[in-house]
Amino acid sequence: MAFISRSSPHAYTAGTTGTVMLTVLLATLPGIVVLTFYFGLGTIFNLLTALLFCLGFEALALQARKKPITFYLKDCSAAVTAVLLALALPPYSPWWLMATGCFFAIVVAKQLYGGLGFNPFNPAMVGYIVLLISFPLEMSQWAAPASINDNQSLPSLLESLRQVFAVQAFDGYTAATPLDILKQNTSLELSELYASTPAFSQGRWAGAAWEWVNLSFLLGGVFLLYKKVFTWHAPVAMLTTLALCATIFYDGGSSSSTGSPLFHLFSGATMLGAFFIVTDPVSSAVSNRGRLIYGALIGILVFVIRVWGNYPDAIAFAVLLMNFAAPFIDYYTKPTTYGHGANK
Amino acid sequence: MSELREITVNGLWKNNPALVQLLGLCPLLAVTGSVVNALGLGLATLLVLVGSNVAVSLIRNAVSDAVRLPAFVMIIAAFTTCAELLMQAYTYELYQILGIFIPLIVTNCSILGRADAFASKHPILPSALDGFMMGMGFLLVLLAIGILREILGAGTLFDNMHLIFGEAARSWKLTVFGENYKGFLVAVLPPGAFLIAGLLIAIKNMIDIEAKKRAAKNRAGVVKGSKRVRTTGEVA
Repeated sequence: MAFISRSSPHAYTAGTTGTVMLTVLLATLPGIVVLTFYFGLGTIFNLLTALLFCLGFEALALQARKKPITFYLKDCSAAVTAVLLALALPPYSPWWLMATGCFFAIVVAKQLYGGLGFNPFNPAMVGYIVLLISFPLEMSQWAAPASINDNQSLPSLLESLRQVFAVQAFDGYTAATPLDILKQNTSLELSELYASTPAFSQGRWAGAAWEWVNLSFLLGGVFLLYKKVFTWHAPVAMLTTLALCATIFYDGGSSSSTGSPLFHLFSGATMLGAFFIVTDPVSSAVSNRGRLIYGALIGILVFVIRVWGNYPDAIAFAVLLMNFAAPFIDYYTKPTTYGHGANK
Repeated sequence: MSELREITVNGLWKNNPALVQLLGLCPLLAVTGSVVNALGLGLATLLVLVGSNVAVSLIRNAVSDAVRLPAFVMIIAAFTTCAELLMQAYTYELYQILGIFIPLIVTNCSILGRADAFASKHPILPSALDGFMMGMGFLLVLLAIGILREILGAGTLFDNMHLIFGEAARSWKLTVFGENYKGFLVAVLPPGAFLIAGLLIAIKNMIDIEAKKRAAKNRAGVVKGSKRVRTTGEVA
């Protein structure tokens, strides 16, 4: 029996930034499909407008910085930012909202700092936060799953186009998200709340539609882990501390309950954040030990802001706060070089 | 009178307190939400700066080095109190809007900085001009940030100008983006002030770099065949 013997290195395809980014894009597909299934074409419109504006702004910024445009567009990093921003914004976002978000994500958060690899903050999250604090009304208009909204159906193509091009805003298709409902709840015990609100009663364990959205992003995340696009440290640490905090503060379902661990893990942007945003290679901590700390602190911050903060969800704030801290974490978690003594 | 000219250029551009020295950023970022606030605080600062520079210059030979800083601070505090009382008397509403930032002019580093770095070493006329030009440089930057933030944040320009200029100024208000403009909230909030101040600094640096490049181009090139030793890079 003849074995082909080859010396290392055994990997023979050079991974470029472009292929990594394309893998990430591929991994968001299940999430996009599930979002579209529950919330209608809004997600697709978001994706289209976000891609258009992000790539456009990227090209303009590169032109202004006198850099080769096609070379940098081909690394698909702007496309990943666009997709993450599109998934984070409420479906059917009007075009001007998306344009503002893309401008701050690509031009301010990325290109002004020197382009991919030099941005201290996650571009998509910067865009998201600017929109969240500037346009609270538009940013809280999440479309409701068809089974919950007043019309019991998803908006038609024409209605969606009117909304996206800001000709005529539709109503009756939006509803509070489960995180919102729990935050506003002050009188009902959790079991009563679950029975009386369709957003919960139609769900199995965390809230209608949202549990499946989160599961699909989890699936994409596991695929990326399998592909070794990132290591397990940051997402696992984040989900663990989030679940831990939720368990510690879960009081069995009183009217002031903070929600069960399952609820926190499968609501809002938890899984999208854990696998697609916390793992951003540029703005996160670098070493494995650093990533554990980085992820764990994001998990704690997400819980703290969700429960005691002013906003229903907190991934973006938690990630940006920890982006600040990432260089600091790196400084104290420098791995020891093989063959050398421990750092003093 | 090239010295006076240099003082002017320094205050307005080359050594601008807000864009180059980065002093007095606290009021710069806090009160520039609208043009009227920016103008009010800018004028108050200008008044204090000119007054303190003249006063410090007057006593510059009488005060010993050991006690000069406390003396300067006392002078600045006195002028700030004057400005505060004047605003209470004539622009009471604006005084209430600006609130704590009027007394805080005392702690504006650019004022103490000019007193110590310039006025304590120069005669009265240059000191007065330096105070005026530094104050104008600060005021102009405040105004630029105020204009940008008011337009982006509220979609208006020169709103509430009657607080400074009296009833006739009520009609100065311009609506830039139409009545339906919702307002870009981030521009009014503190992050917007940082963003816009950063943008202005970047623009200033860009203009300086361009000017430098042009100057380098206009300088006579090396004459062919000359035996002069050439150096690379910048030679001061």
